[in-house]
Amino acid sequence: MRALIAQTGMELRLTLRSGEGLLVTLVIPPALLVFFAALRIAPSGYDRPIDFLLPSMLALAVMSIGLVSLGIRTAYERHYGVLKRLGATPLGRGRLLGAKILAVLTIEVVQALILVLVGVSFGWRPSGSIVLAFLTMLMGTATFASLGLFIAGTFRAETTLALANGLYLLLILLGGIAWPVERLPGPLAIIGLALPSNALASALRQTLAPSPGWPVAQLGALLLWTLLILALARRTFRWE
Amino acid sequence: MTVPNTVPTALAPEPVDHAIVVENLVKRYSGRPVVDGLSFTIRRGELFALLGPNGAGKTTTIEILEGYRRPDSGTVRVLGLDPWHNSDALKPRIGVMLQSGGIYPAATPHEMLQLFASFYPDPQDPQELLHLVGLEEVSHIRYRYLSGGQQRRLALALALVGKPELLFLDEPTTGMDPQARRLTWSLIEDFKRRGITILLTTHFLEEAERLADRVAIIDHGHLIALATPRELMQYEAEHVTVTAIRDLDVTALTRLPSVQAVRSLGEGRYALETGRPMELLVELTRWAYEHGILLTELRVGYQSLEEVFLRLTGNEIRE
Repeated sequence: MRALIAQTGMELRLTLRSGEGLLVTLVIPPALLVFFAALRIAPSGYDRPIDFLLPSMLALAVMSIGLVSLGIRTAYERHYGVLKRLGATPLGRGRLLGAKILAVLTIEVVQALILVLVGVSFGWRPSGSIVLAFLTMLMGTATFASLGLFIAGTFRAETTLALANGLYLLLILLGGIAWPVERLPGPLAIIGLALPSNALASALRQTLAPSPGWPVAQLGALLLWTLLILALARRTFRWE
Repeated sequence: MTVPNTVPTALAPEPVDHAIVVENLVKRYSGRPVVDGLSFTIRRGELFALLGPNGAGKTTTIEILEGYRRPDSGTVRVLGLDPWHNSDALKPRIGVMLQSGGIYPAATPHEMLQLFASFYPDPQDPQELLHLVGLEEVSHIRYRYLSGGQQRRLALALALVGKPELLFLDEPTTGMDPQARRLTWSLIEDFKRRGITILLTTHFLEEAERLADRVAIIDHGHLIALATPRELMQYEAEHVTVTAIRDLDVTALTRLPSVQAVRSLGEGRYALETGRPMELLVELTRWAYEHGILLTELRVGYQSLEEVFLRLTGNEIRE
Protein backbone atom coordinates (compact mmCIF):
# COMPACT_ATOMS: atom_id res chain seq x y z
CA MET A 1 0.00 0.00 0.00
CA ARG A 2 2.88 2.33 0.90
CA ALA A 3 4.46 1.62 -2.49
CA LEU A 4 1.18 2.31 -4.34
CA ILE A 5 0.66 5.63 -2.54
CA ALA A 6 4.26 6.73 -3.09
CA GLN A 7 4.12 5.79 -6.78
CA THR A 8 0.79 7.62 -7.21
CA GLY A 9 2.35 10.70 -5.60
CA MET A 10 5.27 10.52 -8.02
CA GLU A 11 2.92 10.13 -11.01
CA LEU A 12 0.96 13.20 -9.91
CA ARG A 13 4.06 15.29 -9.31
CA LEU A 14 5.47 14.39 -12.72
CA THR A 15 2.17 15.19 -14.46
CA LEU A 16 2.02 18.61 -12.86
CA ARG A 17 5.75 19.22 -13.39
CA SER A 18 5.50 18.95 -17.17
CA GLY A 19 4.46 22.21 -18.80
CA GLU A 20 2.77 20.47 -21.72
CA GLY A 21 0.94 18.17 -19.32
CA LEU A 22 -0.41 21.11 -17.33
CA LEU A 23 -1.42 22.95 -20.48
CA VAL A 24 -3.34 20.09 -22.00
CA THR A 25 -5.03 18.87 -18.82
CA LEU A 26 -5.77 21.98 -16.76
CA VAL A 27 -5.64 24.88 -19.22
CA ILE A 28 -7.02 23.81 -22.61
CA PRO A 29 -10.40 22.37 -21.53
CA PRO A 30 -11.43 25.37 -19.35
CA ALA A 31 -9.97 27.80 -21.92
CA LEU A 32 -12.04 26.25 -24.71
CA LEU A 33 -15.08 26.30 -22.46
CA VAL A 34 -14.64 30.02 -21.76
CA PHE A 35 -13.94 30.74 -25.45
CA PHE A 36 -16.98 28.93 -26.85
CA ALA A 37 -19.30 30.04 -24.03
CA ALA A 38 -18.24 33.67 -24.30
CA LEU A 39 -18.79 33.64 -28.07
CA ARG A 40 -22.10 31.83 -27.51
CA ILE A 41 -21.08 29.32 -30.17
CA ALA A 42 -23.31 26.31 -29.74
CA PRO A 43 -25.55 24.21 -31.94
CA SER A 44 -29.26 24.92 -32.00
CA GLY A 45 -31.44 22.64 -29.95
CA TYR A 46 -29.82 23.72 -26.72
CA ASP A 47 -31.42 26.46 -24.62
CA ARG A 48 -28.03 27.68 -23.54
CA PRO A 49 -24.65 26.96 -25.17
CA ILE A 50 -23.27 25.88 -21.80
CA ASP A 51 -25.61 22.84 -21.72
CA PHE A 52 -23.83 21.52 -24.80
CA LEU A 53 -20.37 22.81 -23.93
CA LEU A 54 -19.89 21.68 -20.34
CA PRO A 55 -20.39 17.93 -21.01
CA SER A 56 -18.16 18.30 -24.10
CA MET A 57 -15.37 19.81 -22.09
CA LEU A 58 -15.71 17.20 -19.33
CA ALA A 59 -15.20 14.57 -22.03
CA LEU A 60 -12.27 16.58 -23.40
CA ALA A 61 -10.74 16.66 -19.91
CA VAL A 62 -10.84 12.85 -19.78
CA MET A 63 -9.19 12.68 -23.22
CA SER A 64 -6.55 15.25 -22.22
CA ILE A 65 -5.35 13.34 -19.19
CA GLY A 66 -5.89 9.77 -20.42
CA LEU A 67 -4.86 9.93 -24.06
CA VAL A 68 -2.47 12.88 -24.25
CA SER A 69 -0.86 13.40 -20.85
CA LEU A 70 -0.73 9.77 -19.66
CA GLY A 71 0.09 8.42 -23.12
CA ILE A 72 2.98 10.75 -23.86
CA ARG A 73 4.42 10.60 -20.34
CA THR A 74 4.33 6.80 -20.31
CA ALA A 75 5.91 6.61 -23.78
CA TYR A 76 8.86 8.68 -22.55
CA GLU A 77 9.12 6.62 -19.36
CA ARG A 78 9.41 3.58 -21.57
CA HIS A 79 11.96 5.36 -23.76
CA TYR A 80 14.08 6.30 -20.71
CA GLY A 81 13.96 2.76 -19.30
CA VAL A 82 11.95 3.82 -16.24
CA LEU A 83 9.26 1.18 -16.81
CA LYS A 84 11.99 -1.43 -17.15
CA ARG A 85 13.80 -0.32 -13.99
CA LEU A 86 10.58 -0.24 -11.95
CA GLY A 87 9.93 -3.77 -13.20
CA ALA A 88 12.98 -4.96 -11.23
CA THR A 89 11.62 -3.56 -7.95
CA PRO A 90 8.97 -5.12 -5.71
CA LEU A 91 6.50 -2.45 -6.94
CA GLY A 92 5.36 -4.70 -9.77
CA ARG A 93 3.47 -3.88 -12.94
CA GLY A 94 0.03 -4.16 -11.34
CA ARG A 95 0.73 -1.47 -8.78
CA LEU A 96 2.51 0.69 -11.37
CA LEU A 97 -0.61 0.67 -13.56
CA GLY A 98 -2.79 1.14 -10.47
CA ALA A 99 -0.79 4.23 -9.51
CA LYS A 100 -1.14 5.67 -13.02
CA ILE A 101 -4.92 5.20 -12.94
CA LEU A 102 -5.22 6.71 -9.44
CA ALA A 103 -3.20 9.73 -10.57
CA VAL A 104 -5.41 10.14 -13.66
CA LEU A 105 -8.58 10.00 -11.52
CA THR A 106 -7.18 12.55 -9.07
CA ILE A 107 -6.39 15.00 -11.88
CA GLU A 108 -9.87 14.44 -13.33
CA VAL A 109 -11.48 15.51 -10.05
CA VAL A 110 -9.53 18.79 -10.22
CA GLN A 111 -10.37 19.23 -13.92
CA ALA A 112 -14.08 18.60 -13.28
CA LEU A 113 -14.15 21.09 -10.39
CA ILE A 114 -12.56 23.82 -12.52
CA LEU A 115 -14.89 23.13 -15.47
CA VAL A 116 -18.03 23.10 -13.29
CA LEU A 117 -16.99 26.40 -11.68
CA VAL A 118 -16.46 27.96 -15.11
CA GLY A 119 -19.79 26.45 -16.23
CA VAL A 120 -21.62 27.93 -13.25
CA SER A 121 -20.17 31.35 -14.05
CA PHE A 122 -21.76 31.01 -17.51
CA GLY A 123 -25.14 30.13 -16.06
CA TRP A 124 -24.96 26.34 -15.81
CA ARG A 125 -26.90 24.90 -12.86
CA PRO A 126 -26.43 21.35 -11.56
CA SER A 127 -29.01 19.09 -13.11
CA GLY A 128 -29.33 15.45 -14.07
CA SER A 129 -27.70 12.57 -12.23
CA ILE A 130 -24.27 13.21 -10.73
CA VAL A 131 -23.89 9.47 -10.03
CA LEU A 132 -24.57 8.50 -13.64
CA ALA A 133 -22.25 11.24 -14.91
CA PHE A 134 -19.55 9.99 -12.54
CA LEU A 135 -19.94 6.39 -13.79
CA THR A 136 -19.78 7.65 -17.37
CA MET A 137 -16.56 9.53 -16.63
CA LEU A 138 -15.09 6.33 -15.15
CA MET A 139 -15.98 4.35 -18.26
CA GLY A 140 -14.53 7.09 -20.48
CA THR A 141 -11.37 7.11 -18.38
CA ALA A 142 -11.00 3.37 -18.92
CA THR A 143 -11.29 3.89 -22.68
CA PHE A 144 -8.92 6.83 -23.06
CA ALA A 145 -6.34 5.68 -20.49
CA SER A 146 -6.24 2.32 -22.31
CA LEU A 147 -5.80 4.15 -25.61
CA GLY A 148 -3.00 6.33 -24.23
CA LEU A 149 -1.18 3.35 -22.68
CA PHE A 150 -1.66 1.24 -25.81
CA ILE A 151 -0.03 3.89 -27.99
CA ALA A 152 2.73 4.47 -25.41
CA GLY A 153 3.60 0.79 -25.21
CA THR A 154 3.45 0.15 -28.94
CA PHE A 155 5.06 3.09 -30.71
CA ARG A 156 8.27 5.04 -30.20
CA ALA A 157 8.07 8.06 -27.91
CA GLU A 158 8.24 10.60 -30.77
CA THR A 159 5.52 8.74 -32.67
CA THR A 160 3.36 8.62 -29.56
CA LEU A 161 3.76 12.37 -29.13
CA ALA A 162 2.52 13.04 -32.66
CA LEU A 163 -0.15 10.36 -32.63
CA ALA A 164 -1.70 11.35 -29.29
CA ASN A 165 -1.83 15.05 -30.19
CA GLY A 166 -3.16 14.29 -33.68
CA LEU A 167 -5.90 12.03 -32.38
CA TYR A 168 -6.78 14.61 -29.74
CA LEU A 169 -7.32 17.32 -32.35
CA LEU A 170 -9.18 14.95 -34.66
CA LEU A 171 -11.53 13.90 -31.87
CA ILE A 172 -12.18 17.51 -30.85
CA LEU A 173 -13.23 18.38 -34.41
CA LEU A 174 -14.90 15.18 -35.62
CA GLY A 175 -15.69 13.35 -32.39
CA GLY A 176 -18.58 15.35 -31.02
CA ILE A 177 -16.57 17.63 -28.73
CA ALA A 178 -16.62 21.04 -30.46
CA TRP A 179 -19.68 20.35 -32.57
CA PRO A 180 -22.38 17.64 -32.52
CA VAL A 181 -21.62 14.87 -34.98
CA GLU A 182 -25.17 14.95 -36.39
CA ARG A 183 -24.37 18.38 -37.84
CA LEU A 184 -21.24 17.22 -39.61
CA PRO A 185 -21.49 16.89 -43.39
CA GLY A 186 -22.41 13.47 -44.89
CA PRO A 187 -19.95 10.60 -44.24
CA LEU A 188 -18.11 12.60 -41.59
CA ALA A 189 -21.23 12.31 -39.44
CA ILE A 190 -21.10 8.53 -39.61
CA ILE A 191 -17.40 8.46 -38.74
CA GLY A 192 -17.97 10.91 -35.91
CA LEU A 193 -20.80 8.87 -34.51
CA ALA A 194 -18.53 5.84 -34.10
CA LEU A 195 -15.76 7.69 -32.29
CA PRO A 196 -15.34 7.11 -28.53
CA SER A 197 -15.17 10.83 -27.75
CA ASN A 198 -18.65 11.23 -29.18
CA ALA A 199 -19.94 8.34 -27.08
CA LEU A 200 -18.44 9.90 -23.94
CA ALA A 201 -19.63 13.47 -24.63
CA SER A 202 -23.11 12.42 -25.64
CA ALA A 203 -23.42 10.11 -22.63
CA LEU A 204 -22.42 12.99 -20.35
CA ARG A 205 -25.02 15.26 -22.01
CA GLN A 206 -27.66 12.62 -21.43
CA THR A 207 -26.73 12.07 -17.77
CA LEU A 208 -26.54 15.80 -17.01
CA ALA A 209 -29.84 16.62 -18.78
CA PRO A 210 -32.81 17.65 -16.57
CA SER A 211 -34.37 14.20 -17.02
CA PRO A 212 -31.35 11.89 -17.09
CA GLY A 213 -31.37 8.29 -18.28
CA TRP A 214 -28.85 5.48 -18.52
CA PRO A 215 -26.77 6.15 -21.66
CA VAL A 216 -26.80 2.44 -22.49
CA ALA A 217 -25.73 2.65 -26.13
CA GLN A 218 -22.86 5.07 -25.42
CA LEU A 219 -21.56 3.09 -22.44
CA GLY A 220 -21.74 -0.04 -24.58
CA ALA A 221 -19.76 1.71 -27.31
CA LEU A 222 -17.11 2.84 -24.82
CA LEU A 223 -16.87 -0.68 -23.43
CA LEU A 224 -16.39 -2.10 -26.93
CA TRP A 225 -13.70 0.46 -27.70
CA THR A 226 -11.93 -0.38 -24.42
CA LEU A 227 -12.02 -4.12 -25.08
CA LEU A 228 -10.75 -3.61 -28.62
CA ILE A 229 -7.87 -1.39 -27.45
CA LEU A 230 -6.95 -3.79 -24.63
CA ALA A 231 -6.97 -6.74 -27.03
CA LEU A 232 -4.59 -4.83 -29.31
CA ALA A 233 -2.43 -3.74 -26.37
CA ARG A 234 -2.10 -7.35 -25.20
CA ARG A 235 -0.45 -8.19 -28.50
CA THR A 236 1.70 -5.12 -28.99
CA PHE A 237 2.50 -3.53 -25.60
CA ARG A 238 6.22 -3.56 -24.69
CA TRP A 239 7.59 -2.43 -21.32
CA GLU A 240 11.02 -1.59 -22.76
CA MET B 1 1.09 -5.19 0.15
CA THR B 2 4.71 -5.95 0.88
CA VAL B 3 6.40 -9.10 -0.29
CA PRO B 4 7.81 -11.17 2.58
CA ASN B 5 11.57 -11.08 2.69
CA THR B 6 11.93 -14.72 3.65
CA VAL B 7 12.12 -17.50 1.14
CA PRO B 8 10.49 -20.86 1.82
CA THR B 9 13.26 -23.43 2.14
CA ALA B 10 11.52 -25.66 -0.38
CA LEU B 11 12.32 -23.07 -3.03
CA ALA B 12 16.03 -22.98 -2.19
CA PRO B 13 17.50 -26.35 -3.09
CA GLU B 14 20.89 -24.85 -4.03
CA PRO B 15 23.68 -24.91 -1.47
CA VAL B 16 23.73 -21.67 0.50
CA ASP B 17 27.21 -20.68 -0.64
CA HIS B 18 26.06 -20.23 -4.23
CA ALA B 19 24.44 -16.92 -5.07
CA ILE B 20 24.09 -17.66 -8.77
CA VAL B 21 24.13 -20.93 -10.68
CA VAL B 22 23.96 -20.94 -14.49
CA GLU B 23 23.93 -24.28 -16.32
CA ASN B 24 23.84 -24.72 -20.09
CA LEU B 25 21.98 -21.47 -20.54
CA VAL B 26 20.69 -20.84 -24.06
CA LYS B 27 18.85 -17.76 -25.31
CA ARG B 28 17.96 -17.17 -28.95
CA TYR B 29 16.68 -14.04 -30.63
CA SER B 30 14.75 -14.91 -33.76
CA GLY B 31 16.53 -18.25 -34.04
CA ARG B 32 20.04 -16.88 -33.58
CA PRO B 33 21.69 -17.99 -30.30
CA VAL B 34 22.90 -14.98 -28.28
CA VAL B 35 23.78 -17.04 -25.23
CA ASP B 36 24.88 -20.51 -26.24
CA GLY B 37 25.38 -23.14 -23.55
CA LEU B 38 26.79 -20.84 -20.87
CA SER B 39 27.64 -22.29 -17.43
CA PHE B 40 29.18 -20.66 -14.35
CA THR B 41 28.66 -20.38 -10.62
CA ILE B 42 29.02 -17.32 -8.41
CA ARG B 43 29.72 -17.85 -4.72
CA ARG B 44 28.05 -15.80 -2.03
CA GLY B 45 30.05 -12.70 -1.20
CA GLU B 46 32.00 -12.92 -4.43
CA LEU B 47 32.57 -10.06 -6.87
CA PHE B 48 32.26 -11.62 -10.29
CA ALA B 49 33.01 -9.67 -13.48
CA LEU B 50 31.51 -10.62 -16.81
CA LEU B 51 33.59 -9.38 -19.74
CA GLY B 52 33.13 -9.69 -23.46
CA PRO B 53 33.01 -7.65 -26.65
CA ASN B 54 29.77 -6.04 -27.74
CA GLY B 55 27.14 -8.57 -28.69
CA ALA B 56 28.88 -11.30 -26.67
CA GLY B 57 25.72 -11.94 -24.65
CA LYS B 58 26.65 -10.14 -21.40
CA THR B 59 23.55 -8.01 -21.03
CA THR B 60 21.25 -10.82 -22.16
CA THR B 61 22.78 -13.06 -19.49
CA ILE B 62 22.41 -10.41 -16.77
CA GLU B 63 18.83 -9.68 -17.82
CA ILE B 64 17.93 -13.37 -17.61
CA LEU B 65 19.39 -13.45 -14.08
CA GLU B 66 17.43 -10.30 -13.16
CA GLY B 67 14.20 -11.94 -14.31
CA TYR B 68 13.61 -9.74 -17.39
CA ARG B 69 13.97 -12.54 -19.93
CA ARG B 70 13.07 -16.16 -20.04
CA PRO B 71 15.81 -18.67 -20.95
CA ASP B 72 15.12 -20.89 -23.96
CA SER B 73 16.84 -23.79 -22.23
CA GLY B 74 19.21 -24.50 -19.38
CA THR B 75 18.90 -23.81 -15.67
CA VAL B 76 19.34 -20.56 -13.83
CA ARG B 77 19.17 -20.11 -10.04
CA VAL B 78 19.56 -16.77 -8.32
CA LEU B 79 19.68 -16.89 -4.52
CA GLY B 80 18.18 -20.35 -4.92
CA LEU B 81 15.23 -19.04 -6.95
CA ASP B 82 14.16 -19.28 -10.57
CA PRO B 83 14.29 -15.60 -11.59
CA TRP B 84 11.54 -15.97 -14.19
CA HIS B 85 8.99 -17.95 -12.17
CA ASN B 86 9.83 -16.66 -8.67
CA SER B 87 10.53 -13.06 -9.59
CA ASP B 88 8.20 -11.71 -6.89
CA ALA B 89 10.22 -13.47 -4.19
CA LEU B 90 13.52 -12.47 -5.78
CA LYS B 91 12.95 -8.74 -6.45
CA PRO B 92 13.07 -7.59 -2.79
CA ARG B 93 16.47 -9.29 -2.39
CA ILE B 94 18.34 -7.94 -5.42
CA GLY B 95 19.57 -4.52 -6.49
CA VAL B 96 19.74 -3.64 -10.16
CA MET B 97 21.74 -0.98 -11.98
CA LEU B 98 20.85 -0.95 -15.66
CA GLN B 99 23.38 -0.05 -18.32
CA SER B 100 21.65 3.30 -18.81
CA GLY B 101 18.59 5.31 -17.85
CA GLY B 102 15.86 3.91 -15.64
CA ILE B 103 15.18 7.21 -13.87
CA TYR B 104 12.51 9.89 -14.41
CA PRO B 105 14.35 12.86 -16.01
CA ALA B 106 12.13 15.32 -14.11
CA ALA B 107 12.60 13.72 -10.67
CA THR B 108 15.30 14.64 -8.16
CA PRO B 109 17.71 12.20 -6.46
CA HIS B 110 15.91 12.82 -3.17
CA GLU B 111 12.50 12.00 -4.69
CA MET B 112 13.77 8.90 -6.48
CA LEU B 113 15.36 7.48 -3.33
CA GLN B 114 12.24 8.23 -1.25
CA LEU B 115 10.09 6.52 -3.89
CA PHE B 116 12.27 3.43 -4.11
CA ALA B 117 12.53 3.25 -0.31
CA SER B 118 8.74 2.84 -0.21
CA PHE B 119 8.97 -0.32 -2.34
CA TYR B 120 11.14 -2.34 0.07
CA PRO B 121 10.30 -3.86 3.47
CA ASP B 122 13.44 -2.59 5.22
CA PRO B 123 14.98 0.18 3.12
CA GLN B 124 18.19 2.04 3.74
CA ASP B 125 17.77 5.69 4.74
CA PRO B 126 17.74 7.85 1.55
CA GLN B 127 19.73 10.59 3.28
CA GLU B 128 22.52 8.16 4.16
CA LEU B 129 22.57 6.89 0.59
CA LEU B 130 22.82 10.40 -0.82
CA HIS B 131 25.79 10.98 1.47
CA LEU B 132 27.34 7.63 0.55
CA VAL B 133 27.37 8.28 -3.20
CA GLY B 134 28.23 11.97 -2.80
CA LEU B 135 24.98 13.45 -4.16
CA GLU B 136 23.92 15.45 -1.09
CA GLU B 137 24.58 18.80 -2.74
CA VAL B 138 22.51 17.97 -5.81
CA SER B 139 19.76 16.04 -4.01
CA HIS B 140 17.13 18.55 -5.15
CA ILE B 141 18.35 18.97 -8.72
CA ARG B 142 16.35 17.16 -11.38
CA TYR B 143 17.99 14.07 -12.85
CA ARG B 144 18.20 15.53 -16.37
CA TYR B 145 20.44 18.38 -15.12
CA LEU B 146 22.92 16.07 -13.36
CA SER B 147 26.27 15.21 -14.95
CA GLY B 148 26.71 11.77 -16.48
CA GLY B 149 28.71 10.61 -13.48
CA GLN B 150 26.13 11.92 -11.01
CA GLN B 151 23.37 10.16 -12.94
CA ARG B 152 25.25 6.85 -12.71
CA ARG B 153 25.84 7.34 -8.98
CA LEU B 154 22.12 7.90 -8.44
CA ALA B 155 21.40 4.68 -10.35
CA LEU B 156 23.89 2.96 -8.05
CA ALA B 157 22.24 4.39 -4.93
CA LEU B 158 18.83 3.20 -6.19
CA ALA B 159 20.23 -0.32 -6.57
CA LEU B 160 21.17 -0.20 -2.87
CA VAL B 161 17.94 1.15 -1.35
CA GLY B 162 16.48 -2.29 -0.65
CA LYS B 163 19.62 -3.53 1.19
CA PRO B 164 20.15 -6.23 -1.43
CA GLU B 165 21.96 -9.52 -0.90
CA LEU B 166 22.95 -9.48 -4.54
CA LEU B 167 23.84 -6.53 -6.78
CA PHE B 168 23.75 -6.48 -10.58
CA LEU B 169 25.93 -3.65 -11.91
CA ASP B 170 25.82 -3.29 -15.68
CA GLU B 171 28.72 -0.98 -16.59
CA PRO B 172 28.52 1.04 -13.38
CA THR B 173 31.26 3.58 -14.14
CA THR B 174 30.64 4.31 -17.83
CA GLY B 175 30.38 8.07 -18.29
CA MET B 176 32.19 8.92 -15.04
CA ASP B 177 35.27 11.09 -14.78
CA PRO B 178 38.34 9.40 -13.23
CA GLN B 179 37.66 10.88 -9.80
CA ALA B 180 34.04 9.68 -9.70
CA ARG B 181 35.19 6.31 -11.00
CA ARG B 182 37.66 5.93 -8.14
CA LEU B 183 34.99 6.91 -5.63
CA THR B 184 32.65 4.32 -7.12
CA TRP B 185 35.34 1.66 -7.02
CA SER B 186 35.92 2.22 -3.33
CA LEU B 187 32.14 2.10 -2.77
CA ILE B 188 31.93 -1.23 -4.59
CA GLU B 189 34.85 -2.56 -2.55
CA ASP B 190 32.97 -1.48 0.54
CA PHE B 191 29.79 -3.35 -0.54
CA LYS B 192 31.95 -6.42 -1.03
CA ARG B 193 33.36 -6.11 2.47
CA ARG B 194 29.79 -6.03 3.77
CA GLY B 195 29.25 -9.44 2.16
CA ILE B 196 27.07 -8.37 -0.78
CA THR B 197 27.48 -10.60 -3.81
CA ILE B 198 28.13 -8.52 -6.93
CA LEU B 199 27.86 -9.36 -10.61
CA LEU B 200 29.51 -6.66 -12.67
CA THR B 201 29.99 -6.01 -16.37
CA THR B 202 32.41 -3.38 -17.50
CA HIS B 203 34.22 -1.85 -20.45
CA PHE B 204 37.15 -0.94 -18.24
CA LEU B 205 39.40 -3.93 -17.84
CA GLU B 206 41.30 -2.03 -15.18
CA GLU B 207 38.05 -2.03 -13.22
CA ALA B 208 37.71 -5.81 -13.41
CA GLU B 209 41.40 -6.20 -12.62
CA ARG B 210 41.09 -4.10 -9.48
CA LEU B 211 37.68 -5.21 -8.17
CA ALA B 212 36.88 -8.72 -9.31
CA ASP B 213 37.54 -11.91 -7.40
CA ARG B 214 36.98 -13.81 -10.61
CA VAL B 215 36.52 -12.83 -14.22
CA ALA B 216 34.52 -14.63 -16.88
CA ILE B 217 35.24 -13.75 -20.48
CA ILE B 218 32.45 -14.60 -22.88
CA ASP B 219 32.27 -14.30 -26.63
CA HIS B 220 29.51 -15.31 -29.03
CA GLY B 221 27.52 -16.53 -26.03
CA HIS B 222 30.23 -19.00 -24.96
CA LEU B 223 32.43 -18.96 -21.90
CA ILE B 224 36.04 -18.74 -23.08
CA ALA B 225 37.87 -18.10 -19.82
CA LEU B 226 37.04 -18.13 -16.12
CA ALA B 227 39.70 -17.38 -13.51
CA THR B 228 41.03 -14.75 -11.13
CA PRO B 229 42.48 -11.70 -12.90
CA ARG B 230 45.99 -12.70 -11.70
CA GLU B 231 45.65 -16.23 -13.04
CA LEU B 232 44.42 -14.94 -16.38
CA MET B 233 47.37 -12.60 -16.73
CA GLN B 234 50.04 -15.13 -15.71
CA TYR B 235 48.49 -17.98 -17.61
CA GLU B 236 50.21 -17.28 -20.88
CA ALA B 237 53.93 -17.68 -20.19
CA GLU B 238 54.64 -17.98 -23.92
CA HIS B 239 54.23 -14.25 -24.13
CA VAL B 240 57.19 -12.05 -23.31
CA THR B 241 57.18 -8.26 -23.43
CA VAL B 242 60.46 -6.38 -23.64
CA THR B 243 61.19 -2.67 -23.49
CA ALA B 244 64.45 -1.00 -24.47
CA ILE B 245 65.71 2.57 -24.37
CA ARG B 246 66.10 2.60 -28.15
CA ASP B 247 64.36 0.87 -31.05
CA LEU B 248 65.38 -2.74 -31.64
CA ASP B 249 66.03 -4.60 -34.86
CA VAL B 250 62.94 -6.76 -35.29
CA THR B 251 64.62 -9.04 -37.84
CA ALA B 252 67.49 -9.72 -35.44
CA LEU B 253 65.01 -10.51 -32.65
CA THR B 254 63.14 -12.90 -34.94
CA ARG B 255 66.38 -14.78 -35.60
CA LEU B 256 66.78 -15.74 -31.92
CA PRO B 257 66.33 -19.54 -31.79
CA SER B 258 63.41 -19.66 -29.33
CA VAL B 259 61.41 -16.80 -30.84
CA GLN B 260 58.33 -17.70 -32.86
CA ALA B 261 57.03 -14.20 -33.63
CA VAL B 262 57.84 -10.58 -32.86
CA ARG B 263 55.44 -7.68 -32.81
CA SER B 264 56.35 -4.05 -32.25
CA LEU B 265 54.04 -2.36 -29.74
CA GLY B 266 55.58 1.08 -30.34
CA GLU B 267 57.71 3.30 -28.09
CA GLY B 268 60.46 0.70 -27.84
CA ARG B 269 58.13 -2.07 -26.65
CA TYR B 270 58.09 -5.46 -28.34
CA ALA B 271 55.95 -8.55 -27.81
CA LEU B 272 57.66 -11.90 -28.39
CA GLU B 273 55.90 -15.25 -28.74
CA THR B 274 57.74 -18.40 -27.74
CA GLY B 275 57.24 -22.06 -26.87
CA ARG B 276 60.27 -22.04 -24.51
CA PRO B 277 60.17 -18.97 -22.26
CA MET B 278 63.21 -20.04 -20.12
CA GLU B 279 65.50 -20.36 -23.12
CA LEU B 280 64.18 -17.18 -24.65
CA LEU B 281 65.14 -15.12 -21.62
CA VAL B 282 68.73 -16.37 -21.78
CA GLU B 283 68.98 -15.76 -25.52
CA LEU B 284 67.41 -12.36 -25.27
CA THR B 285 69.60 -11.01 -22.47
CA ARG B 286 72.77 -12.42 -24.10
CA TRP B 287 71.82 -10.81 -27.41
CA ALA B 288 71.17 -7.49 -25.69
CA TYR B 289 74.49 -7.69 -23.79
CA GLU B 290 76.43 -8.47 -26.97
CA HIS B 291 74.85 -5.53 -28.79
CA GLY B 292 75.24 -3.13 -25.87
CA ILE B 293 71.48 -2.62 -25.51
CA LEU B 294 70.00 -1.90 -22.10
CA LEU B 295 66.64 -3.64 -21.63
CA THR B 296 64.65 -1.51 -19.20
CA GLU B 297 61.75 -3.89 -18.75
CA LEU B 298 61.17 -7.60 -19.26
CA ARG B 299 57.89 -9.32 -18.51
CA VAL B 300 56.70 -12.89 -18.87
CA GLY B 301 52.95 -13.27 -19.27
CA TYR B 302 50.50 -10.46 -19.88
CA GLN B 303 50.75 -7.04 -18.42
CA SER B 304 47.06 -6.33 -18.24
CA LEU B 305 43.73 -7.98 -18.54
CA GLU B 306 43.27 -5.91 -21.66
CA GLU B 307 46.02 -7.87 -23.45
CA VAL B 308 44.53 -11.19 -22.31
CA PHE B 309 41.16 -10.08 -23.50
CA LEU B 310 42.45 -9.00 -26.91
CA ARG B 311 44.22 -12.30 -27.39
CA LEU B 312 41.27 -14.44 -26.31
CA THR B 313 38.53 -12.63 -28.20
CA GLY B 314 40.47 -10.90 -30.95
CA ASN B 315 38.33 -7.88 -30.16
CA GLU B 316 38.64 -4.47 -28.61
CA ILE B 317 36.25 -4.27 -25.68
CA ARG B 318 35.24 -0.63 -26.14
CA GLU B 319 32.18 0.38 -28.08
